Amino acid sequence: MKKIIITSIISLMLATNVSAGTDGENSLTKKNSSEVKDCFESVNRATFKFNQVLDGIIFEPVAKAYRVLPYPVRAGTSNALDNLSSLVTIPNNILQGELKKAGVNTGRFIVNTTIGIVGIFDVAKKIGFIEYEKEDYGQTLGVMGAGPGCYIVLPVLGPSTIRDTAGSLANLFGGDPWYNVTVANNTQHFSDFDYYASRASSGIDYRAKNIDSFENLEKNSMDFYASVRSLYLQDRQQKIVNSNSITETQDDSDWEEIETQ
Amino acid sequence: MRLKKFLISIFIIINILVINQSYSIEPDVFVQSTVNRASEALNNKYSKEEKIDKLKQIASETVDINGIGYYTLGAYRKNISENEINQYEMLFEQYFLKSFSSRLAEYSNPEIEVISKKELNKNYTMVSSILVGTEQRPEVKIDWRIYTKNPENPLIRDLIIEGLSLARTQKEEFSSIIQSNDGDINALFSTLKEFIK
Repeated sequence: MKKIIITSIISLMLATNVSAGTDGENSLTKKNSSEVKDCFESVNRATFKFNQVLDGIIFEPVAKAYRVLPYPVRAGTSNALDNLSSLVTIPNNILQGELKKAGVNTGRFIVNTTIGIVGIFDVAKKIGFIEYEKEDYGQTLGVMGAGPGCYIVLPVLGPSTIRDTAGSLANLFGGDPWYNVTVANNTQHFSDFDYYASRASSGIDYRAKNIDSFENLEKNSMDFYASVRSLYLQDRQQKIVNSNSITETQDDSDWEEIETQ
Repeated sequence: MRLKKFLISIFIIINILVINQSYSIEPDVFVQSTVNRASEALNNKYSKEEKIDKLKQIASETVDINGIGYYTLGAYRKNISENEINQYEMLFEQYFLKSFSSRLAEYSNPEIEVISKKELNKNYTMVSSILVGTEQRPEVKIDWRIYTKNPENPLIRDLIIEGLSLARTQKEEFSSIIQSNDGDINALFSTLKEFIK
């Protein structure tokens, strides 16, 4: 029963999302982050404030403590978490039709899990594998043409869109092999704790890597909420297009009309 | 006599070309030189206040502050009076210099390597660079949008960090402030004044 309800919610979210996002235009065309509607702005702003308080009490202090750990420990943790994330990246490479990347990432996962000792050492990088790019179900939905829908801020998890949230839920329905062997199924090797500990570590690792940038952004923003929203949406757009060249991901024609010389 | 005239003409043309070439600055060279100046300004031998003063000076000379200001204001700039534009230009410059220098002053001895450049059109060239990683932060890719309409005086118009545009982020932040106040541009002016205090 619970699964039926959740499936219905996801279907509804996706249906609303596709109609909200497409506007008769392919979502892979260049879009400005400001074109994504912030339909629930007042609720989002309240959730954002709540997350900031939570961050100040828990995540930031833990991330600061984590940064005190020796560099090899942090690098090893980060590598192992990246390695684990390839379990979601590989099926998404396949769904996006990127079979070559799926092959490379499978090879990377095998090499790093075995020779690299559960991914602690990124041996694959050292022997010349191309740079690892994470993929998720939200990006796959974007590649398939689903628009982002409304921007939302989730409690604890932070910025998202309807599409990305629906994509994340796919992890809980068989889309994440790591979730399947830890939480969904009772294997003797792993427990629920392993999954939640890896997710929490992933969040702390990300927070620790960006601690200075976040502090700097918050200090220099007049509307921190709007800055974070803009950065999140720009980031998602470039991940879907698989490019970090702004001229390929954003419509930058606005610059052309500015004449000062 | 004809030959003499011809040679004089050739001499003049060559001189004009040489003079033009000698004054035009390649965007990648311009970025590397700006970065080197900023690195020097961020040297730990200076106090924080000295660093901020030096960075402000560099920004005034190398950034198209007015251009960024107009871009950041977006469509709103078309609907405001000349007087409001002048007020905005003044406030934006102060805001930009404060925000820019305070963002950068936190870094000490950043090492930036210019990697390549790509000409988008006559007015713009993107210069790609890398902020070399340390144990505290990963390597960061930084692209510079250089306004090259006047090749003798290239100017920075945007920094794109790992694909995220600072100018676009600022534009959406300003737009959010105006929209939250029913489209009143004066709300943006008040917020800017508050920030630069």
